Amino acid sequence: MTVCENIKQQLAAQFPGIEERVKIPRPRRIFVDSSIEEFKKVFEYAINELGFKHLCTITGLDELDKFSLIYHLAQENGVLLNIKISLSHEDPVVDSIIGYFPAAEIYERELVDLFGIRVNGLPEGLRYPLTDDWPLDEHPLRKDWKPKTAS
Amino acid sequence: MRDSNKFKIPIGPQHPALKEPESFSVALRGEKILGVDIRLGYNHRGIEKAAEERTYIQSLYIIERICGICSHSHSTCFVQAVEEIAALEVPKRALYIRTLIGELERVHSHLLWLGVAGHEIGFDTLLMYTWRDREVVMDLLALLTGNRVNYGVNTYGGVRRDISPEQAREILKGVDILEERTKYYIEVATQEVTIIQRLSGVGVLSREDALKLDAVGPTARACGVARDIRKDDPYSAYAEVPFSVITDDHCDVYGRTVVRVKELMESYKIIRYVLKNMPEGPIAIKAPRKIPAGEALGRYEAPRGEDVHYVKANGTEKPERVKVRAPTLANLQAVKHMLKDRYLADMPIVIAAIDPCFSCTDRMIAVGYVDSNKAEVINWEALRSYGIEWYRGKGIDFSKLNKEFSRRAIS
Repeated sequence: MTVCENIKQQLAAQFPGIEERVKIPRPRRIFVDSSIEEFKKVFEYAINELGFKHLCTITGLDELDKFSLIYHLAQENGVLLNIKISLSHEDPVVDSIIGYFPAAEIYERELVDLFGIRVNGLPEGLRYPLTDDWPLDEHPLRKDWKPKTAS
Repeated sequence: MRDSNKFKIPIGPQHPALKEPESFSVALRGEKILGVDIRLGYNHRGIEKAAEERTYIQSLYIIERICGICSHSHSTCFVQAVEEIAALEVPKRALYIRTLIGELERVHSHLLWLGVAGHEIGFDTLLMYTWRDREVVMDLLALLTGNRVNYGVNTYGGVRRDISPEQAREILKGVDILEERTKYYIEVATQEVTIIQRLSGVGVLSREDALKLDAVGPTARACGVARDIRKDDPYSAYAEVPFSVITDDHCDVYGRTVVRVKELMESYKIIRYVLKNMPEGPIAIKAPRKIPAGEALGRYEAPRGEDVHYVKANGTEKPERVKVRAPTLANLQAVKHMLKDRYLADMPIVIAAIDPCFSCTDRMIAVGYVDSNKAEVINWEALRSYGIEWYRGKGIDFSKLNKEFSRRAIS
């Protein structure tokens, strides 16, 4: 059994019903769709029990009816676990993960600026990457945002 | 109570000694750094959004321009993700050529870094030497691709330029020269007393902190963390190429220097192997204009560390989403940690040591007192008289001497 299959089985044993939401598109890549309720447990299990100690980054996605976030976690042997959660489009809120990964701070600020996602527990600080005078209600990576001048 | 020894000094975003616009707000007590706030984003060009609004081919050329130094890193990372979604079988020869260009890029980047590091510690002879030698690899890259940076070698399904036997010979000749020079730099880095003393114990990051703060690249490897995507998550031809991951246990700027100069030797090894074992055959296969729906994550060991590109395709000729995480962003928390409780004079080299090409500790525009949150603008004249008064308070008065000098200057 491959390393990825093994991880899939461990996840399936721990979280009933998650198995059909785990995809292994190629060696060293695992994609998991997690519900927002079970996310914290899956996330902690991945870090503490499965050895995913490195956070590559967090990707935000605007999927029109919802926002999705993908947490890209890595093992030192190159296996990547991509945990995806979905947030409501009207009021996207998520808990910060800087308690687990301090380096996540800048990735979460990106979500705030570019997608307008509220991150609970993210301390006050300098914004990133938009300028200080950028309107607070404009989030360029939202699909309905268009540049004022035609590209 | 107002503690007049505590200062907040803004450095940047526009500053003569900064190579790129970034802003540091350094809280100081005397010479000691209490904390640093780093404001990034002045270079944000909206490339991720731009990629969503362009075709894959157009996006590839924009993505290549994310960075001038590791342009090949970004474009390779991106095409890998797209090729994975489209299930393209890239010809082996193309993978070898990508590896070759990638290693030549690493050589030019590391030599550039060594020069910058020398410059930051006032060892400008090293800067002149390394940048002179770097021209050898720049010429090779120009020979192979027509450009010193932004090589435009990658395309979906392979590469756009083949390597001729004459070019291969030129590369080998160049690598021989570079290897000779690098041996000398290894000697300099490991034996030259000035370098050892200036860099040892500066910018310390323990192995535990490197892991906790998710440091990447030579920054992590100098803390004894053998994290190298070329080995851990092999791409291009790296699974077939023998090379060692260089680590060091010094956990400081000195260690980062040693890791980089030794990595140069590994790069030469890889280049020679790739040229010797390059398979014959086509250099590209035809890729569709429309990429089927799917998602993939590309990883690449750029000269500065792990580069990550996430691509989501929706079946059209434009990507649905492109996400880029460059290595410097991952090392940001580590830098803040390295600077805390250290001296201001170490700041240029500590920041330079993660290789974002930074320097400087210069002059204040505004002085904010840390605990009163009040900022006052100080001009040069006021700063000068503040200095004169401060020395006068210590019983040192240069006013007579100054008058004498200005009298002489006039006459």
